[in-house]
Amino acid sequence: MTLLRRILIALALALVGFAPPVRAADSWDDIVHAAQGKKVYWNAWAGDASVNAYIAWAADEVRRRFGIELIHVKLGDTAEAVSRVLAETAAGRKSGGSVDLIWINGENFAALKQRGLLYGPFVDKLPNYRLVDVETKLTNTLDATVPTEGYEVPWGTAQFVMMADEARVAMPPDSIKGLLAYAQSHPGRLTYPQPPDFLGTTFLKQALLELNPDAAAIVQQPLEEDRFAATTAPLWAYLDALHPHLWRSGKSFPQSGPAARQLLADGETDIAFSFNPAEASAAIAQGLLPKTVRTVAFAGGSIGNSHFLAIPANASEPGAAMVVANFLISPEAQAKKQDPSVWGDFSVLALDRLESADRQLFASLPLGAATLPPDRLGRAFPEPHPSWTVRLEQEWQRHYAR
Amino acid sequence: MATALRPLSRISRGWRPRVLEHLATLLLWLVFATPVAIGVLGTVLPAFGILPELGGSSLSLQPWRQLFNVPGLPEAVLLSLTTGLGTTAISFLIVIAFSAHWHGTRWFGRLRRLLSPLLSVPHVAIAIGFAFLIAPSGWIYRVLAALGLAAGLPPDLSTVQDRHGLALILGLILKEVPFLLLMMLVALGQVRVGESLTIARALGHSRSAAWQAIVLPQLYPQLRLPIYAVLAYSASVVDVALILGPTTPPSLAVLVWRGFHDPDLNQIFWASAGACLQLLIALFAILLWRLGELVASASGRRRIVAGWPGRPSRIAASAAFAGAALVVAAAMAGLAATLLWSFTKSWTIGSAMPEALTLATWMQQLPVALKALTATAVIGISSAMAALLLTIALLEEERRESLKARQRHYWLLYAPLLLPQIGFLFGIETLLVRSDLDGTWSGLVWTHFLFVLPYVYLSLSEPWRALDPRYERTARCLGRGPLAVLVTLKLPLLVRPILVALALGFAVSVGQYLPTLFAGAGRFQTLTTEAVALAAGGDRRVVGVYTALQMFLPALGFALALGLTRRRFQRSEAGV
Repeated sequence: MTLLRRILIALALALVGFAPPVRAADSWDDIVHAAQGKKVYWNAWAGDASVNAYIAWAADEVRRRFGIELIHVKLGDTAEAVSRVLAETAAGRKSGGSVDLIWINGENFAALKQRGLLYGPFVDKLPNYRLVDVETKLTNTLDATVPTEGYEVPWGTAQFVMMADEARVAMPPDSIKGLLAYAQSHPGRLTYPQPPDFLGTTFLKQALLELNPDAAAIVQQPLEEDRFAATTAPLWAYLDALHPHLWRSGKSFPQSGPAARQLLADGETDIAFSFNPAEASAAIAQGLLPKTVRTVAFAGGSIGNSHFLAIPANASEPGAAMVVANFLISPEAQAKKQDPSVWGDFSVLALDRLESADRQLFASLPLGAATLPPDRLGRAFPEPHPSWTVRLEQEWQRHYAR
Repeated sequence: MATALRPLSRISRGWRPRVLEHLATLLLWLVFATPVAIGVLGTVLPAFGILPELGGSSLSLQPWRQLFNVPGLPEAVLLSLTTGLGTTAISFLIVIAFSAHWHGTRWFGRLRRLLSPLLSVPHVAIAIGFAFLIAPSGWIYRVLAALGLAAGLPPDLSTVQDRHGLALILGLILKEVPFLLLMMLVALGQVRVGESLTIARALGHSRSAAWQAIVLPQLYPQLRLPIYAVLAYSASVVDVALILGPTTPPSLAVLVWRGFHDPDLNQIFWASAGACLQLLIALFAILLWRLGELVASASGRRRIVAGWPGRPSRIAASAAFAGAALVVAAAMAGLAATLLWSFTKSWTIGSAMPEALTLATWMQQLPVALKALTATAVIGISSAMAALLLTIALLEEERRESLKARQRHYWLLYAPLLLPQIGFLFGIETLLVRSDLDGTWSGLVWTHFLFVLPYVYLSLSEPWRALDPRYERTARCLGRGPLAVLVTLKLPLLVRPILVALALGFAVSVGQYLPTLFAGAGRFQTLTTEAVALAAGGDRRVVGVYTALQMFLPALGFALALGLTRRRFQRSEAGV
């Protein structure tokens, strides 16, 4: 048995390899130099083809520029990568882990940070971090109320919006209550992704904040169980009223944002939700949505957030992962990402800090037919504390998934 | 010198073969049965609170309490049972009825030829195609709308992901009917159907009555294990259920799978309990089926004793044919639809066919897809080769051993097919993590091997045993050793079944979803994992590309196996 075990370990060593840790004294040039020839396993949600294509582009670029082999580990749910890091650490693998870089935010970030499983703080080491807007975009340093403290670098910003097909919806609703009225007059033509899909959960948060004006302050604090029932009562009353008028009478829900978008494209529903105000334009450009789809904002404001990149504490190649992260927040990569014909995800950079040539990259981007300019998106609410998110998802399961 | 050597050689001759004789069985235990057993154990222990890595060190029933508090558990359990029993019963009925009414006719051969390519198509590909076919805005609706038979917006009907799992059952049937039909053909080859029927019909019984009374009782024992495997599989399937199954709640296996992948690691405890429950449900479903067998055979016996002649039924014969034909049509149409999507530029709900075609999706996806294609091919070939080598070793060993050894192998190899994958994959993952093999090629190939081996063995064992033993006896009499006989005589003679077994093993590996996820640490994207990830929403055109590749790879395997050997056989028949 010991012989077998020794063979297995030898095999594993040969296959996994070991990376020298990044020392604090290493200069950025040293880090970039050492990153050459390294493999970076980037665990990123892969439910959207345009995002995947953008990541593939980034992989080509970092290979060409830094000699880094960037591998997109395609996730159906970011929680998969989080549980893997937790499992590896629990099994005693403190380095040489299988995840080098994660696309992350919210409860997943909170879960890793709380257990001390993140590498860093590292963001100040990234030369491009000084271009990131941390003054006016509060969500860039406050991830669902949890301070990022340099353990994740903002990669994109988002705000919750609706996409409606103008060919079928003359006057799209612009509020949570308006959605109920729409569903009542158009039975079966509206649905939302099933929580815990993040878009579905965001719909719950949006509804909660609109229906209970007092909730905004309460949900910024970690959950106190005895306040949950009273705070969320209007939400469940609303959903109870809404569900019978939903697609499939609220007995079945699309499993993801793209699945809900597909229903809009197929004419099974009239309205879908998005966390990306440019998604409709991008999807039209790719032939995924009819040209008649338009972005609609919530008049009273909506949930906004940032999404981030983080490095697990047991990453095999934290240095190379930083080089990749730094490239991803470069003006060039951010402008490409914001192009609606590529992905359309909004940049995290402060435009006034860019050099004029870089600023021009953003200025020349087309907005896209279905996109609203940032000033018409309405106020951005901060995300509730992750403990509320988890509890809302659980309660939804209890009410409706049985 | 010579006298000194003789006793030595006698000793070695007496000793070596014994070890060699059992080497294959030993290997079977070491690399197959033991890991599966450890896998089950590694799932059972956490279900009772034991998982040291997560601080679980004492026996506890807490995981079961948590499990019973999961919202929707009773519905999920019921759904697993109905899916398993429904899929198996309907598939079995179609296969039996079709064989009873149509075996020996031209139509039987025709439909069989259409059904057998479906065997190599992964479940997921069939499910994705079928989902698009029957969705309220799917192909059927689009054709109806284009013909003016449907107007306006697609109806708000739960034709996919319905709460009762009907779409899931139908989708599974499309794949299980070809499988059971193949098993039926193997069984038919060993029973004298024609003679039995002639006698029975001469005595005035109808064809279908004769089938039920005489042929079926002879066939059924050979179909029993494949049927149980279908039952256990369809009661616990995850990948197909993610595409066609209900969501509020999903079936138990999906619920458990989510628990295993929750960011809160403590969910693993109740998920393990759920995996054990899934094992029990599979066993319970088999038990129910067994009871059904007893009732059916008792009532059948009573009817036979009463001298029931049966009535020739045109309606039953037509229904049987329609059932089998529908399976072929639905599966083929679904696959055609996914293929069509991969070349589609735009296809709105008003038109029966895409408005514009393009190669752009293929051009865009192929470079990315090639990686998944390569990984799929490497894993598939390695695991199928490993399984083939062990299978040949086992079959060679059996030849020298008693019938008992054969039965032992049979059960050892078949038992894992009766276990739900979710019931032991977590344990396997833990085993791989502890030996630092998770997320490595070797760990992944090994895990696939566990699922590939039974099929390779089952596929090769019949032709291997059917080979006339006089060939071997003659060669041995001419002084050739067993290895020389194997290499120069048996392998060339059996090259066709060997390659077919290899292609089957390859196809099985290509279709694996859960094993790739659990053992691959997410680092390995195969065509199947990509197809499932993309099918959850995304872009039908891209899904089409992956599904097409997923179909293409196993088909290529079979085409190579049959094509390579056909020329060879023709040449040898022509005396070249």
